[in-house]
Amino acid sequence: MNTVAQKKPRLTTSAMIASIASEGQRVQAAPFGKALVEYADSHPEVVGMTADLAKYTDLHLFAQAYPERFFQMGMAEQLLMGAAGGMAKTGLVPFATTYAVFGTRRAYDFIHQVIAEENLNVKICCALPGLTTGYGPSHQATEDLAMMRAIPGLTIVDPCDALDIEQAVPQIAEHKGPVYMRLLRGNVPLVLDEYNYTFELGKAKMLREGGDVLVISSGFMTMRTLEVVKQLEADKVHVAVLHCPTIKPLDEATILAEVRKPGRLVVVAENHSIVGGLGEAVASLLMREGVLPAKFRMLALPDAFLDAGALPTLHDRYGISAEKMNSRIKAWLA
Amino acid sequence: MSTLQEIASCAWRIRRYAVRMGEVQGQGYVGQALGYADVLAVAYGHAMNFKPEDPEWEGRDRFLLSHGHYAIAHYAAMIEAGIIPESELETYGSDDSRLPMSGMATYTPGMEISGGSLGQGLPIAVGIALGLRHQKNPAFVYNSMSDGELDEGSVWEAAMSAAHHGLGNLICMVDINNQQADGPSSKVLGFEPLADKWASFGWHVQRVDGNHLPAVLRAFDTARSLTDAKPRVILCDTLMGKGVPFLEAREKNHFIRVDPPEWQQALAILDENAPEGAQA
Repeated sequence: MNTVAQKKPRLTTSAMIASIASEGQRVQAAPFGKALVEYADSHPEVVGMTADLAKYTDLHLFAQAYPERFFQMGMAEQLLMGAAGGMAKTGLVPFATTYAVFGTRRAYDFIHQVIAEENLNVKICCALPGLTTGYGPSHQATEDLAMMRAIPGLTIVDPCDALDIEQAVPQIAEHKGPVYMRLLRGNVPLVLDEYNYTFELGKAKMLREGGDVLVISSGFMTMRTLEVVKQLEADKVHVAVLHCPTIKPLDEATILAEVRKPGRLVVVAENHSIVGGLGEAVASLLMREGVLPAKFRMLALPDAFLDAGALPTLHDRYGISAEKMNSRIKAWLA
Repeated sequence: MSTLQEIASCAWRIRRYAVRMGEVQGQGYVGQALGYADVLAVAYGHAMNFKPEDPEWEGRDRFLLSHGHYAIAHYAAMIEAGIIPESELETYGSDDSRLPMSGMATYTPGMEISGGSLGQGLPIAVGIALGLRHQKNPAFVYNSMSDGELDEGSVWEAAMSAAHHGLGNLICMVDINNQQADGPSSKVLGFEPLADKWASFGWHVQRVDGNHLPAVLRAFDTARSLTDAKPRVILCDTLMGKGVPFLEAREKNHFIRVDPPEWQQALAILDENAPEGAQA
């Protein structure tokens, strides 16, 4: 009999691509796949390509709807990006999907040279961004934004929820040029519909006002921030939330205008390494423009190879769980 | 003139243009250009369908220069084909030129891709071939690459994929001059038996003496006329420096050193051996 297990039950690592929705949260199934199917209905130039991960990027819906426009490239990410560039050269608009680790780390030079250098119309949509799997560094794309931000001319989108994704799909398709979008798939939480919000490529949006703290966030960290904000409100801490789903080009004007409002702690919250993501993008903007907030903090994943395990455990360990966010923000205010 | 004679003239002029460009820079991958001129002459002078005055014509056959450092050879072929004016040869590799040392799509008319990061041409070719076929465009995609490039894993990802997708509109040429940056390609990373490799990947394979024009011509004709839904590769064994004996004999180098007076000597040798009826 395992006495350790008896004393201390442990959470187990969930399936690799389990939903990030918390229990009881409203969700929408496969917003990316559905939005793409809908958009492609009137846009025959849209094609879908994947590197053996159609099912796990919700692209299988596109494959079912338009089998003649779906191209399975096999587990070969360099080929996927190279061929997507080739497709774009013939006038098609490829949506290429895989996991973020493989799409970015493995195929970087192909995105850089084949796609971005020629400003080709390829939409790279990658699941498992940041810390959304407990499978360890092989599957955790904690530095994808840093890598992608360094590529000239690449538009980068880090959506928060199902609404963000659904609205982003037609806009990135219409955008002339390459896009990298982080993808949440499966049952994706729906939260932004409560905030009178619409996704606009290149724009940061205020979701709520607050006089004590300004959180600038992207991806699912916006969702988490909104959850934490309700708790902080009960403690009379008033938090403004600026959702910044377009990482590049950054909506500099909106960020500067919000940070200029005096007396607030500015926190940048992101599901990414502290190196090279939204936090450093905002920090460098503020330094360049000489806009210095009273206090500036980055709430991000550490510059480290992260552990394997259950996501709630890992989010807590690395300070991005709601509980940890709450206590960190309070500590910074003290 | 017979077709063969015309193509021989074409190859001779490509060699002359390449040497003249080399002289402008005082350096360049001229050994490769001389070695590959016959293949390019068949491609541009015989096999490919294009409109020189409209390099972006939708119906054109696409020629992808995966080995971007062969740009000097490709520019020479495109001058010969009338896509680039001969006068521009003087600008090769100079500031603000449309003819940079390594080929880039954004710089040069007729340059389909930015090669140079080796192993990218064939994956792109697969995408273009899929895209053309999807849009019922009958054009061929020619991917040009070198033996050293076979080291790159992405080439084999693409080779597998091209066969899987039955891309009968894709023709790949491999220049086998057995020379890459660190020495003989076969010593850097052995690639033989090469014909067997491609065949086992599901390709139609031909291996020819890439400096024997009738053989190259037949290989291109065969590749274009096959009806099988499988990609085709033409493995071209070539001699670096071909046509200029003192360069052919030079200790083989990826980047041949040529002393200033030797450029004119090379041209003189080419001219002495000009094919019958050829005019510069």
